[in-house]
Amino acid sequence: MVIRIDEKGERIPLTIADWDREEGTVTIVVMAVGTTTHRLAQLETGDSISDFIGPLGLPTHIDNFGTVVCVAGGFAVATIMPIARSMREKGNHVISIMGARNKDLIFWEDELRNVSDELIVTTDDGTYGRKGLVTEPLKEILDSDQKIDRVIAIGPSVMMMACSRTTEPYGVKTIVSLNPIMVDGTGMCGCCRVSVGGETKFACVDGPDFDGHQVDWDLLFSRQRSYLEQEKTSFEDWKRQHGF
Amino acid sequence: MPKLDLNRVEMPRQDPKERAKNFNEVALGYSDEQAEYEANRCIQCPKRPCVSGCPVNVDIPEFIKAIRDNDMPEAVRILKSKNALPGICGRVCPQETQCEEVCTLAKRDAPIAIGRLERYVADWERENQPSMETKAPDTPEPTGKRVAVVGSGPAGLTAAAELAKMGHSVTIFEALHIGGGVLMYGIPEFRLPKEIVQAEVDYVKSLGVELVLDAVIGKIDTVDELLDSGYDAVFLGTGAGLPMFMNIPGENLCGIYSANEFLTRTNLMKAYLFPKYDTPISAGKRVAVIGGGNVAMDSARCALRLGAEEVYIIYRRSEAEMPARREEVENAMEEGIIFRFLTNPVEFIGNEQGWVTSMKCIEMELGEPDDSGRRRPIPREGSEFIIDIDTVVVALGTTPNPLIASTTEGLDTTRRGTVVADEETGKTNKAGVWAGGDIVTGAATVISAMGAGKRAAADIDKYLRSQ
Ligand SMILES: Cc1cc2nc3c(=O)[nH]c(=O)nc-3n(C[C@H](O)[C@H](O)[C@H](O)COP(=O)(O)OP(=O)(O)OC[C@H]3O[C@@H](n4cnc5c(N)ncnc54)[C@H](O)[C@@H]3O)c2cc1C
Ligand SMILES: Cc1cc2nc3c(=O)[nH]c(=O)nc-3n(C[C@H](O)[C@H](O)[C@H](O)COP(=O)(O)OP(=O)(O)OC[C@H]3O[C@@H](n4cnc5c(N)ncnc54)[C@H](O)[C@@H]3O)c2cc1C
Ligand code: FES
Repeated sequence: MVIRIDEKGERIPLTIADWDREEGTVTIVVMAVGTTTHRLAQLETGDSISDFIGPLGLPTHIDNFGTVVCVAGGFAVATIMPIARSMREKGNHVISIMGARNKDLIFWEDELRNVSDELIVTTDDGTYGRKGLVTEPLKEILDSDQKIDRVIAIGPSVMMMACSRTTEPYGVKTIVSLNPIMVDGTGMCGCCRVSVGGETKFACVDGPDFDGHQVDWDLLFSRQRSYLEQEKTSFEDWKRQHGF
Repeated sequence: MPKLDLNRVEMPRQDPKERAKNFNEVALGYSDEQAEYEANRCIQCPKRPCVSGCPVNVDIPEFIKAIRDNDMPEAVRILKSKNALPGICGRVCPQETQCEEVCTLAKRDAPIAIGRLERYVADWERENQPSMETKAPDTPEPTGKRVAVVGSGPAGLTAAAELAKMGHSVTIFEALHIGGGVLMYGIPEFRLPKEIVQAEVDYVKSLGVELVLDAVIGKIDTVDELLDSGYDAVFLGTGAGLPMFMNIPGENLCGIYSANEFLTRTNLMKAYLFPKYDTPISAGKRVAVIGGGNVAMDSARCALRLGAEEVYIIYRRSEAEMPARREEVENAMEEGIIFRFLTNPVEFIGNEQGWVTSMKCIEMELGEPDDSGRRRPIPREGSEFIIDIDTVVVALGTTPNPLIASTTEGLDTTRRGTVVADEETGKTNKAGVWAGGDIVTGAATVISAMGAGKRAAADIDKYLRSQ
């Protein structure tokens, strides 16, 4: 989905983490990184935003694959949770790995545990769970005698790239959820273009899920950095106005 | 017979040096005296070629006569009886290939400036007849039928307005956060002030039409779901919003935009007011715009206003083949845009950070005419050269977004992705579904989209009443 806070705000893409058809609500989990996400974080119960557009893009492909490893980095625990849940409902054996920088950034551990057959938690600094990166347990699982049929890796781009590189030698299909910069989210602007298997794709309509072994990661990284200067200006302005 | 006056009144415009730095409207509009002078030049010839040159057959000599008689309300009435959006058409129609091309005085190179007079009448109305009562006609007898219009560009707005005037209950579903289609997100403020587009959208709403924004049909609901949920008919006016790229090496480098993205950031998201408006844009110092249509002219002129020092238009044919509105080409040239005709890019070259730094081009020459009737450009072997640039805007045209076609059961489309619809009625092969505008024709014009919306509305009305 795409949201816009108000008339002057930017349109940013977010992932629907959970939903309740009866209540008519969706759950989103946002990491405050810049202006728009900080503004979202400041909203109180009962506040509103001007635009909510979605659901957009293609839903994650769910099927009975056998054994599926779901890897989440940082805030993507929220994204992986409903995927793990659906995978399990389809009869897969689900092993989940969630990683964060430190203990304070761990959330939804129980939620993810409840929908997984096994759960491994890591922190970069060892303040909680296993010390290290998510790729370490992932590699151990691949090395073990279990047959792994599919890996879903969602999180920061570097983490998704690292997971894809880890699984590649084992030939295990690895699906990643790409997060290039987007504007409309409907296939109209081409801002979100990524290269997969040598072909240009619009992540907002053709994705965001792609085969991690086929993605041109360098292109994704450089395009994500397109507006670093302006993002800094915008965020500095915002912080000054809000006394941070 | 009075002597022919061949002194066509020029449009007063902002000074090119000034206007290249601001987003205010370039063409300032006729004064009362200028309009009167121009209206008096019309010889009111009995053949009225201009009327058949107009895609919606506005009674041009009559509205000009009303200006002459200083009966402005009558001029408004005549104009609006055929064209619901004169303030927009007066500004953006390619008059030189429509009404003005066939004007009797065109033979003497001085056609009546019909577009400028049209705009004059529309602007007069906006300033002098602001109240809705003069605008909204009597409320029609409700028919109890419901119509869903998908897309709020000129095709959708026109169809919705017509259907509402016939008494049907109309809902427009629009994917973006604002209504108006290309008129809002594509055509820049300096050519078509957004206030004018908003006024037209508000007018359509004043007729009782409901406008649902942020509603991407094909995602939140499909066309079939609309038909199943109580709409008696659906009109598709979703335009041609999918940008085409060239598929040459380096095209995904940072700093390379589709015109849609460049213009959306600039116009819809108001990136020219960054950081007051939070959407960034990176229009560098040396910008190359690829293409020769209105979209290319608008992109180039936006880049200039965003602070570029040199802006090139790179076009693979020659000046004569450029499809852009003549007036906008002249404006662009006056503002200092550099035109490189018979030139085509073959590769984009970037730096280590993945930003575009230059572009390899090849010279072209014109061969035999192709399907479009224009002479086909052929590359000149070995003529490659490099232009240093830091931003590229690809303005090569658009095709319909496949979303609607791919989610609508059994809707016929062409190889180019356009929806097949009857030219006279807009009827598609699918029961209860009509289509019109760019989604049927591919990228075309505002007035043709409006015409299609109007014809489809008439046919939908006939269908609903026969049920
Ligand atoms: C498909 C998709 C799903 C996402 N889901 C989530 C989610 O569930 N939760 C969450 O916290 N974040 C999610 N993101 C990332 C989120 O969109 C960005 O963090 C957000 O746009 C940053 O905006 P900002 O103004 O706060 O920060 P800024 O300072 O503007 O940007 C910080 C960084 O975020 C990225 N970014 C900036 N603008 C955009 C944009 N318009 N579109 C995409 N990325 C941008 C850039 O790489 C930039 O360097 C998702 C991104 C994508 C593409
Ligand atoms: C930069 C630019 C300059 C132009 N200049 C001129 C000019 O000077 N003169 C001229 O005559 N013509 C000009 N044109 C062409 C003209 O604007 C178009 O031909 C015209 O707008 C087509 O109208 P439409 O109603 O068919 O579609 P559009 O105006 O494209 O409107 C379609 C609407 O449908 C919405 N939509 C799309 N998909 C969905 C969906 N799935 N669900 C809901 N809504 C959806 C879109 O968001 C959009 O708002 C220009 C075009 C561009 C891009
Ligand atoms: S975000 Fe515009 S096309 Fe994907």
